[in-house]
Order: sequence, then C-alpha cells, then structure tokens
Amino acid sequence: MKTKAQYRHLIFSLIILLVFYKAEANIHKVCSTCPFQTIAEAVDKAQENDVIFVEDGTYVEHEILIDKPLTLKTKNAIVDGDNQGEIFVIKADNVTLDGFTLINVGTSYIRDYAAIRVRESKHFTIQNNTIKNLFFGIYIEKSKTGKILNNKIYGKAVSEYNSGNGIQLWYSDDIEIADNYVEKVRDGIYLEFSNNCTISDNISKNNVRYGLHFMFSNNDLVQNCSYISNGAGVAIMFSKSMKMLNNTFADNWGSAAYGVLLKEVNDTELSYNTFKNNTTGINIEGSNRVVYKHNDFISNGWAINSRGANYQNEVNYNNFLNNSFDLVYSGRMNSNNFNSNFWSSYTGYDLDKDGVGDVPYRPVKLFSYVVNKTPEAIIFLRSLFVDLIDFSEKVSPVFTPDNLMDETPSMKKIKHDTN
Amino acid sequence: MLKILKYSFYDLIKSRWSYIYLLFYLLLSFVLLFLNNDIGKAVITLMNVIIILVPLIGTIFGIMYYYDSKEFTELLLALPLKRSSIFLGQYLGVSLSLSMSLIIGLGIPFISYGLFQSAVIFDFIQLIVVGSFLTFIFTALSYNIGLMNENKIKGFGFSILVWLFLAVIYDGIFLSVLMIFGDYPLETVTLVGTIFNPIDLARILILLKLDISALLGYTGAVFKSFFGGASGSFLAMGILFIWAVLPIWLIKYKASKKNF
Repeated sequence: MKTKAQYRHLIFSLIILLVFYKAEANIHKVCSTCPFQTIAEAVDKAQENDVIFVEDGTYVEHEILIDKPLTLKTKNAIVDGDNQGEIFVIKADNVTLDGFTLINVGTSYIRDYAAIRVRESKHFTIQNNTIKNLFFGIYIEKSKTGKILNNKIYGKAVSEYNSGNGIQLWYSDDIEIADNYVEKVRDGIYLEFSNNCTISDNISKNNVRYGLHFMFSNNDLVQNCSYISNGAGVAIMFSKSMKMLNNTFADNWGSAAYGVLLKEVNDTELSYNTFKNNTTGINIEGSNRVVYKHNDFISNGWAINSRGANYQNEVNYNNFLNNSFDLVYSGRMNSNNFNSNFWSSYTGYDLDKDGVGDVPYRPVKLFSYVVNKTPEAIIFLRSLFVDLIDFSEKVSPVFTPDNLMDETPSMKKIKHDTN
Repeated sequence: MLKILKYSFYDLIKSRWSYIYLLFYLLLSFVLLFLNNDIGKAVITLMNVIIILVPLIGTIFGIMYYYDSKEFTELLLALPLKRSSIFLGQYLGVSLSLSMSLIIGLGIPFISYGLFQSAVIFDFIQLIVVGSFLTFIFTALSYNIGLMNENKIKGFGFSILVWLFLAVIYDGIFLSVLMIFGDYPLETVTLVGTIFNPIDLARILILLKLDISALLGYTGAVFKSFFGGASGSFLAMGILFIWAVLPIWLIKYKASKKNF
C-alpha cells in the first residue's frame, strides 16, 4: 500500500523529470581562446546539467568546486594542481568527470589532499581519468551509488607514512569500482565503512601496503581483479559477508607479504581465486565461517597460515601445488574442515579407483609445526635433517595435530569448472 | 710440493671415479634444466644436492685416496722430501680435482642454458664457490682422520660419522636446543650455531641469496643484516676459509709428528 505522501512524492519527481527533460543541456567549451579560459570559471557560470568540454591543453588549477549536476569531459586535457592541494571537489549529485589527466596533487600531513574528492553526493561517474604524482587519488566520502570506471593511477610511493591511497571510500555505499589500474601508492583501493560495493576487473600493482584494503565494510564483492607485488594483495579486517571470486594474487613476496590477509572476518566466501608465488597465500586470524573453495595455491611459501581463533571454516576443493608449506595451523580443530582438496605432496593410493585417496592426508608437516612453535627454527629450511623428520612424521604422526587431516584427498588436480 | 700436487692431480684426473663424479653433475644439471627451464629454480634444487653430496663425496674420496696411495706415500717418505709438501700436495691434488669436476659438471650445462644472460649468475657463482669450499673442508677433515687411524675400517667409519654428524645430527641437536630454550631470544644463538657447522653456513649463505629467503622471516632478517652486505659475505667466506685452513694446518702438524 502506498500512502498519499508517497504518491505526491512520485508525481513531484515526475514533474521534475519532465522539466529537466525539456531543458536542453548547454555545452560550454574551455580553452585558451574560448569564452571560458579556466575550468573553474566554466563550472561557476554553467547551469545545472550542462556539459563542459575542456579542449586539450594544460590548466594550472586547484580546488575546482563542482556544486551542481554537471558533466565535465575532455579528450586530452591536463589539469595541474601545482602541488597546492585538491584538484576537483565534487559536492553535488549526478556529476560526471571523464577523460582528464590530473597531475601534482599537494602533499599534506594534516589534510588528505585528493586529486578528485566526492563529498556527500549520489550518482557520480568518474571515468577514463589518469592521475599522476598524487597524494590521494580518488577520495569518496559519505556518498552513494557512484561509478569509478577505467581510471589509471600512477603513484610514486616509497614508504607508508608519507603516501596516500589510490582510491579511497569512506562511509560510501553501493559504489561500482571497475577496470581501474593502480600502482605505487599506499593502498591501491581502500574501503572503510563502505557496504554493498562491487570491485571488479581492477589491477593493483607494486603498492607499498595493500592492493585492496577493507575496514569495517560488509557485503562487498571483489571479482576478476589482479593483485601483484603488493605488501599484501588484499587485507580484509573487521568485515563480514564479503565475496571474492576469480581474483589473481601473485608475487606478493617479502618477509611480511601476503596474498590475502583476513582478520576478524566472518561469513565470507573466497572462491575460484589463484594464489601464486606469494610468501603467504592466505593469512587467517580470528575469522569464522569463511568458505575457501576451488582456489589454486601455486608455489607459495605458505599456502594457508591459520593463526588461531578460527571457527567453522571450510577449505574444500582447492589445489595445493608445490607450496613450501601447505598449511600452518595454531590451536585446536574448532570444526574447521580441510576435506576434498588436491595436495601435490600427497603420496597415498586409490585402490578402488574412485578418484579419492584411501589414506588421509595430513597437510601440516612436522617442520611447519616446529617453526610455528620456535620461529628461529626456520633456518633449518631445506636441510637434510628437516627432510628426514618430515618423512618419519609422515610415516607415523606423533606431533602434528591428530585430527587435522584431509580425509578425502583428491587423486587428481581439481578442475574447477566441472566440479 | 707442486710436483706431488701435479702427480696426484693427474693420477685422479685419469681415474674412472673423477669421470663418474663429473658425469653425475653433468647429468644432474642437464636433467634439472631440461625439466624446468628456470635457472633460478634449478639453482635451488642444486643447492639441496650440493649441500649434502659435496661433503659426502669429499669425505669418501679423501679417505679413499689417502689409504689407496699409502704405499706410494711411504715410498715418497723415503726420499729427501719435506713431509708437509708430500701430504699437502696429495691433499690439494684430491680437492682440486674434485672441485674441478664440480665446476665443470655444473658449469657446462648452466652456461649452455644461458647463465650469462640470466640474473642468477652471482647466485650460481656463490653456489660454485661454496661447493668448492665444502670440498676442501671435508677432504681435509677426512685426510686428518686417515692420518690418525691406521685401521682402514675405523678410518672410513669415522669419516662417515663426521659427515653424518655435520649434515644431520648437528642440526638435530641444534634444533632441540632451540626448542628447549624457545622462550629466550635466540637470534644470536642461531647465528653462532650456524658458524660452527660449515654445511649449515653454506646452506644459509645460498638461501639468503635466493628469494626463498623471504620465508625466513624475522630470523632471516637478522641473518641477512649479518651476512647480507658485502662485509657479511666476506665474513662468511672468511669463516669458511678458516674452516678449510684449520684442518689443512692440522694435516701438516699431524704429518710432521707421525711415525711411519
């Protein structure tokens, strides 16, 4: 049942829509010989829903405040912030920013200067922009239902304390982030208190801290992204009901590098991802009811490091191929399930030929158990003694957790698209 | 001394075992490189083999050659030659020929797979240098054992035991110590502990050069800061050098004192 007020609201918006439909959008051009020579001037003089087309050239401007619905377009214009501060500040709904190259955002230790800041706005579209020499790239705060598409962000960050993030969302919901490329910033993409966002087909490379970072964000979807050579590929902290599908985490290599870092994450799904050449594939801490299925762990130092306080997690139908350690595990079993995976170091047999190994596989090697207790013991990595004790432990397990095993290990590499 | 060195060297070069040893390394590295074309990975796998096998071969070859050439040695002793030059010449002949087999056996396959164009050339050189050091160290140790034991069986047994101790048992004791004293900061202890075992030292030196060193975590960082720089490399090489020189000096000392 719709109330009268709602009907009134509907009619009102219809009228508004009609009015706007009739009003034709004007196109304003900006260039050195045009009526408007600066973007700020054009924005100031334009009517709502107008289009501003910026001709090619370099514009030295900063703090361009967009406070009405506008479309700003360009082919190859460069906006130089001259290290003074922010470049575009959007404080209105329905703003589109298309095709700009933004350079020289100011660095400040007091304010988070961003090349593009969106504040309390809806339905914005930021696309095809290139941002170089930045502090923060695209900073969205308290906004909703926007799109950030096909932007390229090239930072020069060296250390964490004096660098900003590529794309940052703060208290922003229903944002679509797709086809972006971010490199050499602190966090490639950072979401804080942001729910129901879709992050797809992005590439985050060579970032100082994380490729993608979630804090207190729920119900977000990450798919088809690549995270390469970051401090950690994806860090999810204090979040729940996330989904990560079909992502690639590769070469996140260093003494404290991870493919995925989970801390206090609940009811989340990680499936069909590839973890390759990471120091640690997935680092899990205090996370419950997380499902890991159909992932490939290839040539990682540690495929999964479960650091304890993890309950009811399911690790099934994954391929563990040539990792130095498949699993490091602290604490009790806590109803975590490791069945039906393929382990490349499994040496059991399958007499009844049903594709399931007849001998359970114990993914925790004695050495990884020892290292977990005495971290210094890692210096025996690849020594003959360690190979010997691992072998003897495999034959007759004494120390490794008794019930931590894959009872139905697969004999063949699992093909993810069929089963 | 040079004459005896030359004689021993050519004697061994002509022997079947040097060829088998050389052939083994040739085959091993060709197969490794054939199975995966990644030279970096092949270096890691080779490291595993070299750390265990080079000391073992050095030990067995050394003791075998000592007992084998005993009669010839006694003949030489009757001549007006310095004792030290007889034994050191023989020892150097053995270790040089073994090192040569190692260098050629690993060198040819890697060079033919484009070692000079790859980034791991320094890792490979380090592998070769460390391997040669291990040869010298373990041959010297076994020569000492030979000089101390007239009984061949005893000598063989002892030298195998020394190898077993340094390759396996030492690590076992060391690991137990680390586990027992796990509550204390152990970085310095581990550092000192590795210095006293040439096999451990060699393994860690090579590990630190490879990107697998990221797995070593905090302890690895301590090691890296100690052995990582140029001075650290020199220090480590110096320690290996001392490991080689001490037994050689002992050969000289023992040889001059021994009654034949």
